[in-house]
Amino acid sequence: MSSSAADPAPSPSQTRAPGAPDAADAPPSGPTGPSRSEDPRRGRAKRRPGDMIFTGLSVGSGLIIFLTLALVAIFLTVRSLPAIRDSREFGGGADAVSLWEFTAPLVFGTVFAAVLALVMAVPVSIGIALFISHFAPRRLATPLGFMIDLLAAVPSVVFGLWGGVWLVPKMQGLYELLNTYLGWIPLFAGPEPEPPMRNLATASIVLAVMILPIITAVSREVFLQTPRLQEEAALALGATRWETIRTVVLPFGRAGVVSASMLGLGRALGETMAVLMVLSPGSSFSLHILEVGQHNTIAANIASQSAEATPDVMARLIFTGLVLFIITFIINALARAIVARSARA
Amino acid sequence: MAQAINVEDLNIFYGDFLAVEDVTVTLQPRSVTALIGPSGCGKSTFLRTLNRMHEVIPGAYAQGKVEIEGQDIYAPGVDPVNVRRRVGMVFQKPNPFPTMSIRDNVLAGVKLNNKRLSRSSADELVESSLRGANLWEEVKDRLDKPGMGLSGGQQQRLCIARAIAVKPEVILMDEPCSALDPISTLAIEDLIHEMKQDFTIVIVTHNMQQASRVSDRTGFFTISGTGKPGHLIEIDETEKMFTNPTEKQTEDYISGRFG
Repeated sequence: MSSSAADPAPSPSQTRAPGAPDAADAPPSGPTGPSRSEDPRRGRAKRRPGDMIFTGLSVGSGLIIFLTLALVAIFLTVRSLPAIRDSREFGGGADAVSLWEFTAPLVFGTVFAAVLALVMAVPVSIGIALFISHFAPRRLATPLGFMIDLLAAVPSVVFGLWGGVWLVPKMQGLYELLNTYLGWIPLFAGPEPEPPMRNLATASIVLAVMILPIITAVSREVFLQTPRLQEEAALALGATRWETIRTVVLPFGRAGVVSASMLGLGRALGETMAVLMVLSPGSSFSLHILEVGQHNTIAANIASQSAEATPDVMARLIFTGLVLFIITFIINALARAIVARSARA
Repeated sequence: MAQAINVEDLNIFYGDFLAVEDVTVTLQPRSVTALIGPSGCGKSTFLRTLNRMHEVIPGAYAQGKVEIEGQDIYAPGVDPVNVRRRVGMVFQKPNPFPTMSIRDNVLAGVKLNNKRLSRSSADELVESSLRGANLWEEVKDRLDKPGMGLSGGQQQRLCIARAIAVKPEVILMDEPCSALDPISTLAIEDLIHEMKQDFTIVIVTHNMQQASRVSDRTGFFTISGTGKPGHLIEIDETEKMFTNPTEKQTEDYISGRFG
């Protein structure tokens, strides 16, 4: 406010906002203070009511972010304290299933499902993003980009329905093939898959479809920002379109793709409805993604159990929620660090 | 190695708009041809048609004939990728690949052309190309450092090294010094003098002094008004162009009466 250009001719229609304390108008005690008050033409800017209101609103909105985040963190910590206190590991509890035994498989299932989804979604997303940014004619690129954004707007419960009702029966043939011929890979090992295919593989596919739009949209933006001069440099050396993409576009967009993937990973970690509606839950550390009833995710577990939870169980659920909060926090921090580092370079 | 370029009845369009009309000219091998003229007269556009780089711009196309070593680069079946490997280009602003080291920048084009290159022959090529661009002495101790760490003039010479590493026949320069300070400009101009022994060089420049310093022949492009196509008014020995041009328009431009 104080740095805005001063209006030398005070207009009578704009009066000082009522209630603005005069003390706040005193020149700042910084090094610029004295020189400013000596120059009559650079007096304090008038305080206009519109400015004051808008400043207040935007500062307030900014503070709400901090407040909300702090409240959520405090809630998670305080309400999960009973579970920590009663646990065999940290307190004097003697539950049949310890807190660690309860949480760890859920963390495993959550991260496993999200990583599988990421592995499936990232290559496809990069492909779509490159197609839109560098291969598709403009007539096609615009509607395609629009459709990708539309896909992001589909509610997760709809993806859950689609996955649970349509996709689950369709996957049986593929899973049997994978199990028979690629069973030597731990992922596809285990007993012959039995319908319904409500296993982690199907859940991950649904998750992959759900995180596809965000990764594609962000990657596309990054690819489109590749400096024209860089691409021309490659083309003028006799690079084909693919060689131009490989030597210029992909290196330029790498950090953006990484951060887009992290955003997708964050969404996959927290996704609830789709997993709840597709996956038949279990509590193991099994690598067999085709086996039913082996895995569950934190979010889906909370959603399915919280309605009829006793206070003990609720504290445990909130503890898993705290763990999920921390995991997503770390993922996002990592993504930002990567982007910041490449922005400096 | 260096080849003459024969241009016949070349018309260049951006969509429906005729940007350059009816250019017929022969660009001499082992010499520097400078193209001068006011902004928007089509000299850069014309330059880009010599290695089909104008095709990067949506809707741009050329009609006519451009022959290098007797081969029409617009004949059906000619791959623009191959044309660009024979006709290198240096741009207005230095554009080394930001993610690559100095060494990898020099080798970038060669690695596209033939993937396998032994370590020793790669080293040789890096040295000869950087020497050819008068940059070797300045960077030989930091070949693995990023190319973006060099000064603007060094970056531009790195781009020239990258262009000559693929051993083209022709090198096109599109105002290569417009983003450089006078000292760096001098270094590039000296380099152009040396390079003309091996290459056919075509340089577009806004700077008439530069044209008179570096070129053997000078061509003058102009437009008669906004929205009209550009024409090659006159091309002749540089000395004659700057002292006693045949066309009145050339004389007006060179003497500063317009443009």
